[in-house]
Amino acid sequence: MKPFGGAVVFLDRNDINTDEIIPAKYLTEVKKENLKNYLLEDLQIDGFDPKGEKLARVKVVVTRANFGCGSSREHAPWALEVNDITLVIAESFARIFRQNMFNCGMMAVELPAATIEKIFKLADGDVTCDVDFAGRKLVFKTSDGRSESTGFTTTEFDSALVESGGWVEFADARY
Amino acid sequence: MGKTIVEKIFAAHRRDEPFPGTQVLNLDVVMCHEITTPVAIADLEWRDKDRVFDSTKIKAVIDHVTPSKDTKTAVQAKILRDWARRHQIRDFFDIGENGVCHAIFPEKGFIRPGYTVIMGDSHTCTHGAFGAFAAGVGTTDLEVGILKGVCAFREPKTIRVNLNGTMPFGVYAKDVILSVIRELTVNGATDCVLEFRGEVVDNFDMDERMTLCNMAIEAGATCGICLPDEKTADYLRDFIKDDYDSKAQALTNFKKWWSDDDAVYVKTLNFDVSKFVPVATVEYKPDQVKPLSELTKVRVDQVYIGSCTNGRLSDLHAAARILKGKKLATGVRGIVSPATPKIFDEAMRDGTMAVFRQAGFRVTNPTCGACLGMSNGVLAPGEVCASTTNRNFTGRMGAGGMVHLMSPAAAAAAAICGHLADPREFM
Ligand code: SF4
Repeated sequence: MKPFGGAVVFLDRNDINTDEIIPAKYLTEVKKENLKNYLLEDLQIDGFDPKGEKLARVKVVVTRANFGCGSSREHAPWALEVNDITLVIAESFARIFRQNMFNCGMMAVELPAATIEKIFKLADGDVTCDVDFAGRKLVFKTSDGRSESTGFTTTEFDSALVESGGWVEFADARY
Repeated sequence: MGKTIVEKIFAAHRRDEPFPGTQVLNLDVVMCHEITTPVAIADLEWRDKDRVFDSTKIKAVIDHVTPSKDTKTAVQAKILRDWARRHQIRDFFDIGENGVCHAIFPEKGFIRPGYTVIMGDSHTCTHGAFGAFAAGVGTTDLEVGILKGVCAFREPKTIRVNLNGTMPFGVYAKDVILSVIRELTVNGATDCVLEFRGEVVDNFDMDERMTLCNMAIEAGATCGICLPDEKTADYLRDFIKDDYDSKAQALTNFKKWWSDDDAVYVKTLNFDVSKFVPVATVEYKPDQVKPLSELTKVRVDQVYIGSCTNGRLSDLHAAARILKGKKLATGVRGIVSPATPKIFDEAMRDGTMAVFRQAGFRVTNPTCGACLGMSNGVLAPGEVCASTTNRNFTGRMGAGGMVHLMSPAAAAAAAICGHLADPREFM
């Protein structure tokens, strides 16, 4: 199982698409590692710098609705993965992106809008997210001592993919 | 309780239900292109599993960047080419034979009613026009599809989209789907299938149905789907004549897939297309749609006619009718990419290409081209394109560029005006 949790980056917008996560011009890369420097390169949100110090330390993305819409490119989860980001938390995901995350043994966790809103309230400070996968619990903490915790659910299939390291292993053993 | 067409297809293809709500389906067709497949091939090799489940059910094409533009894209093409040869994949299309995946695969008769189809490409939903369940997937799903011929889905719910009324003059399938997406929004159909019904769909030919289903993903849908009928049978005629004794027999077979009258939908949307007008997108999301009559101040630098949405022969004809005897406005670049070699040849034969050339357009080979800004037709920052493609995302046709999506007729009107325009004024 992949490690989950760590420093959080907040992307305060709905409908962030896979072209913004990794632009089409980098789809010529056959090696996932080569995507590392281009994560979120075309994403324009006030105060967000895709090339900044902060993104380099991040392990968790928290965002709004319909994250990962658009192209089916699995390069989007891979660009996250090679930057050690294995968990994206959002109000909702586009279907293909969500499936791609779990297929790679990573997690795309959906939380109600109100819970996402509470987590966003912490965004003015440095935030980390602790993940208790077995207990299905997330704890967000700021450096100045504030915190927010919440449960989460995954389907049995999603859990099996996370635990077995992805869909190829699972399917090959079974079909 | 009745079933929808998608529920029937799921029931007929169900291989396994490893967990409640997760359906593993047997696949009839696995389609591959050179952008998302090479990574799957490399991973299969790395795992020592370089096999294919059935070489006759795999279809492959080099279409996104062709001819290759640099070493990296040449390597991608080579990986796919070598793999197709190694596994004796007969239905593989390379330079000279290749065209945009979602145009060439239907043209070759690979898609049939009731089929399950996946591809590592989000616009795979196009093939729902034939009454197939066709879904875009990521590379891992594609990899398992290639290896095992299966794919897992949460059984999607169906939204029924009733399209009734008379198509007004100057309004095309593209205007219809953009207007539907404006209503649904970009995630209004997530985890759902859009089942297109009503007299408008019945009257649409297969090209128009493909345009409709092509953009289902822009509302987040897993697939768009139409019920297979006489138009489907006529389109597939040459490919199915050995399977059925008569057209009547084919139709009886097709009809078994039709949604039952008492099928259950999560939602039904009713549209009267008589009220629709020619539209285009503004900004960077496909649900940001406005009437073209309100957008005439928007100047354009480039006009692009092509792609899996609107690069078919009827699309070229619609544009050529407006361009005939006219010239591109000063400072406007015109690019047309017929979606397949067959379309290219027919457009040559019937004089359509001459119209484009005389208007000052450059005709490219069949390819995705400017649609995704990976090879030709890339915009400079600040430039604007009137385009018949399906995505207006930030940077889609080049960093800093702006793409307005519209019908081929509207793109042709923009070409001769130098700004966005209502095509009805030129018809
Ligand atoms: S034409 Fe555009 S949308 Fe269609 S398959 Fe090619 S890149 Fe994708």
